[in-house]
Amino acid sequence: MYNDYAVLRSDLNSGKLTAVDVVKYYLANIEKGKHLNAFLSVFKEEAKETASEVDKKIKNCTAGRLAGMVVAVKDVLSLKNKTLTCGSKILENFEALYTATAVQRLIDEDAIIIGKTNCDEFAMGSSNENSAYGAVKNPYDHTRVPGGSSGGSAVAVAADMCMVSLGTDTGGSVRQPAALCGVVGFKPTYGRVSRFGLTAFASSFDTIGPFAKNVQDIALVLEVMAGWDEKDSTCVKKEVENYSSAIGSINENEMTIGIVSDLPSEGLQKEIKDTTDKVIGFLKSNGYQIKPVELPHAKYSIQTYYILTTAEASSNLARYDGARYGHRSKDSKTTEDMNVNSRTEGFGPEVKRRIMLGTYVLSAGYYDAYYKKAQRVRRLIKQDFENAFKEVDLIIMPTTPTTAFKIGEKIDDPLSMYLNDIFTTSSNLSGNPSISIPVGMDNSGLPIGLQIIGRDFDEIGVLKLANYIMRNC
Amino acid sequence: MDNGKYEPVIGLEVHAQMKTKSKAFCKCSTEYNAPPNTNVCPVCLGHPGTLPVLNKNLVEFILRLGLATNCTIRDRSIFARKNYFYPDLPKGYQISQYDQPVCYDGYLEIEGSKIGITRIHMEEDSGKSIHDFSTDDSLVDLNRCGVPLIEIVSEPDIKSPKQATEYLSKLKQLVVYLDICDGNMEEGSLRCDVNISVKAKDSKKFGTKCEIKNLNSFKNVTDALEYEIKRQTEVLEKGGGVIHQTMTYDAKSKTTSPMRSKEEAHDYRYFPEPDLVRVFVDQEWKNKIKSELPELPEQKAERFVKQYKIPSYDAEVLTQDRAIADYFENVCKGVGEKSFKAASNWVMTEVMRVLNEEKLEIADFRINGKNLSILINLIAEGKISNNIAKEVYAEMLKITDLSDEKQNPEFIVKEKNLLQLTDSAEIESAIKKIINENPNEVKRYKNGETKLLGFLVGKVMKETSGKANPKTVNDLLKQILLISNLR
Repeated sequence: MYNDYAVLRSDLNSGKLTAVDVVKYYLANIEKGKHLNAFLSVFKEEAKETASEVDKKIKNCTAGRLAGMVVAVKDVLSLKNKTLTCGSKILENFEALYTATAVQRLIDEDAIIIGKTNCDEFAMGSSNENSAYGAVKNPYDHTRVPGGSSGGSAVAVAADMCMVSLGTDTGGSVRQPAALCGVVGFKPTYGRVSRFGLTAFASSFDTIGPFAKNVQDIALVLEVMAGWDEKDSTCVKKEVENYSSAIGSINENEMTIGIVSDLPSEGLQKEIKDTTDKVIGFLKSNGYQIKPVELPHAKYSIQTYYILTTAEASSNLARYDGARYGHRSKDSKTTEDMNVNSRTEGFGPEVKRRIMLGTYVLSAGYYDAYYKKAQRVRRLIKQDFENAFKEVDLIIMPTTPTTAFKIGEKIDDPLSMYLNDIFTTSSNLSGNPSISIPVGMDNSGLPIGLQIIGRDFDEIGVLKLANYIMRNC
Repeated sequence: MDNGKYEPVIGLEVHAQMKTKSKAFCKCSTEYNAPPNTNVCPVCLGHPGTLPVLNKNLVEFILRLGLATNCTIRDRSIFARKNYFYPDLPKGYQISQYDQPVCYDGYLEIEGSKIGITRIHMEEDSGKSIHDFSTDDSLVDLNRCGVPLIEIVSEPDIKSPKQATEYLSKLKQLVVYLDICDGNMEEGSLRCDVNISVKAKDSKKFGTKCEIKNLNSFKNVTDALEYEIKRQTEVLEKGGGVIHQTMTYDAKSKTTSPMRSKEEAHDYRYFPEPDLVRVFVDQEWKNKIKSELPELPEQKAERFVKQYKIPSYDAEVLTQDRAIADYFENVCKGVGEKSFKAASNWVMTEVMRVLNEEKLEIADFRINGKNLSILINLIAEGKISNNIAKEVYAEMLKITDLSDEKQNPEFIVKEKNLLQLTDSAEIESAIKKIINENPNEVKRYKNGETKLLGFLVGKVMKETSGKANPKTVNDLLKQILLISNLR
C-alpha cells in the first residue's frame, strides 16, 4: 500500500519499485473492488505502457514531478479520445476531442491516468445514486452511499484503487464524499484551477479538486494543476504558490480559527458535533486562538444554491439535444421531436428535475423573484465570509450533518438529500477554498469529516491547518 | 408616398458581421465560403467542458463604431446568454449582450436629421441550416457559428422608407470606413430587421408595431416598408387595429406575412453569461481608439476640397466609398497640382463607368492609380490629346496583369505611335493636303462660313490619325487660310 507520494517517489528513484509495479498493484485493486462500481472506464494496457515510459524517464532522471503517481479522474473531465459519459446515458458513447487543462497538467508531469470514475449524472447529486451506470458503494459499508457527486473518485482513493483522484465540487461534491469515505478532499478557490474540460453543471460554482490520503499529496497535485489558463476567462492570473513546501511550517500562535456561532445545527449527528468539538479543544490547547464568527445569511445557502445552480444547469445542459453528438432518439419526425425525445430518453430524473427548476427560475415573470434575488443573497453570503475573515484566518465546521447514509434512504426525498450539502454549499456560493479531512469515526465505524474554509486564494492556510490536524490530532 | 393623414414610425435593427480574423469566442477562422464544417473546433461546436474566450478585436471594433456614432461607452459591460433550441445553435444558447450593452445612446446624422441609436452590442452568429426536401434531411454547417456580429438598434426616429435606406447606407458606409465590416448585404455581412408602425399625423402616440425580419438588400427594405405602411394604413383606415407580430418579407410578391406564432413564442431566459468576465473599457483604451479612428467620409470630403481644390460635389462623390477615395488620392500623388481636377474627372467618369458596367469593386479594378496618373500627365504635357487618352485608356483596360509594364500608358503610346505631332512642318503638309482636297469648303470658309473651320480641322486630325494637337491644327489652319487669302 502506497500512502504517500514522497515515499513512493523515493522508492521509484532508488529502483526499489517500478511505475509498472505500482500500476499493476492498483489495477489488481480495481479488479478486486469491482463491486464498488467506482470506475466507468479503466485504461489497463495504456496505463501499463505509460508506466514503462515513466520508468525509463526515472532512470534517465528526466521524470516529471508526479512521475509514477497513479491518478483516476471523474468522468465529467475531458480526456482526449476517451469516453466522457458524465454518468449520463445521453453521452453513453461520446468520445472527447481534447484533454482538460487540469488533467493535461498532471499528464505533463508524468502522472499516470488509470481510468475514469463513476459519478452522479452531470455531477448532480449527493449520493452517487444518480449515475446512469449504477450506484457506487461505500467501501466502509456496501449498503451505504459514498456521497456524491464525485463518489467514484472518493471510493477509488479510499479503496486504494489509485493514489490520487480528481473530482469536481459545485456544492460539496468533493468534500462531502471525501468525508463519507474517510479521505482528504479539497475544493480550491473558484478561479484557481482552470475549468476548461470540466463538463459544466453550474459554471459560476464548478471547481476541480483532488482526493488523496494525506494533505501533502493534495498540495503537490494542486500546485501542478493550478494557475492561469488562456482557455478559461474565469481562471485567475495569480501566481501559484509553492503549496507543498509551505504547508509543513506552522506557527500556531499566529492563527485565529473561527467557529460559526449561528451554524444551523438541526439534524447534525451527535458524534459529528462531538468530534468537531474535540478538534476545536485540541487546537485551543495547542495555542490557537478560537473565536466565534457569524455567517448570518448562510442559512439561505441551500435555497440560493439550488436556484442559481439549476438556472445555470438548465442552460449548460441545453447542448445535449441529439443534433450533433450524444444520444439521439430514433424515429423522430421533426427536429423538435428529436430534441424532446433525445432529452427525455437520455437524462435521468434528477437532471430533469433540475433543468425544469432552472428553466422556471429564469422564465419571464419569475426571473426577478428567484434568480435575481438569489444573486443578491449570494453577494450577501460572500460578504458574510469577507466580514468573518476580517476577524479570523480560517473557519472550521463539519463537512456533513451525518455520516454515510443507506443507499435508497433519501433518493425519493430530494429535499432531505439536498440538506446533506448544508455545510458545503456556502463556500461554493462565496468561492472560498475549503477542504474536508477525516477526523474520526462514528459509533457504526463510519468516517467523519471536518471542513476548513479559508480566505480567497489562501489555499496555503487551509492546507497548513489541515495538515497540522491530520498529523497531530 | 402620401398616406393622407397617416405617417410611419420606423426603427432599424442592423446586424453587421465583423471582419475579425478569428471568431468571437474561439480561434477558428471567420473565412467565408470554406467547405462546410471545416472552420470549427470543440469550443464553437459546443462540446462538453469548452469555454468561450472573448476576441479582444471584437471589442475594439465595436468601440470604433460606438465612438463614430456618438455613443456613450459603458466601462463595464457584460455578456448574457440567450437560450433557445435550434440545431444550428450548438450550445443551446447564443452569447449576446442584454441589459448592459457596451455602446448606447448615440446618433447618426443623415441629410440634416439626427437618427438616434439606442444601443450597439456584441454577439455571436449561429450556424446555417439547409433543408434538403428531396431526402427530408436537414443539414447543418457550423462554419458561421461563433462569427462575431454587432447589432445596431436605432430609435424609432425614421420617418420614411427613403430615410430608412439613407440611414442604412450611411451605416454601411461607416462600417466600411471603420474597416470593421465588409458591408456586403448579399453575403449577409449586413442584415436588417425593421420595426414599423403607422400613426395618425396629428397624434403623438405610436401605433402598434410589426417587426419585419431579414431584409437583405436596400430594395427589400424599401419595398417591404412601403408594403407594410400601405397594409397598416389600410387596417387603420378601415377602423381596425394592427396586430403586434413578427413578419417575413417575400421579395417575389413584394408582400409581408406573419411568421408562424410558434417561431416567435420564445422566452429567451436571458441571464448573465457565467463563463465570461466583465468587459472593462477604460478611458485610456477609449482615447486610443478615438485617436486611431480613420478619417470619416465628411472629414475626408472636406479635406479633399481644401487639399485638391476640387468642387465639393466631386469630393462627396469620391468619398462615398473609402476605397475609391484612396484610389483618387493615389492618382493625385502622381500628378501635378493643376491636374487634380482632371484626376477627379477621370475617376468620377471613366473609372466609375467601368466599375458600374462591369459591376466591379475598385479593389478589383485593373488599372492602378500610378498608371492613371501617368496617363493624365501625358495629356497635361500636351503629348496626347484627350481623345487619344481615351483610346490609350481602353488599351490599358485590356491588360489584365496589373504588374505588366505593358499597362504603362507611355509604353502604349510609344508602341501604337500615338504621340501628338508637335512638328509643325508635318502638320503643315497635312493642312496643305486637306486644303487642296477640299477647294469648295475652303472657298466657302473664305466667303465667311467660319463654321467650316471645324470641319477642316477634323479632316486634318483624321489625316494625322488624331495625333496632331488640335489647338496647333486650329491655329495653323487659320494662319494658312489667311495667308492664302492674301495671296
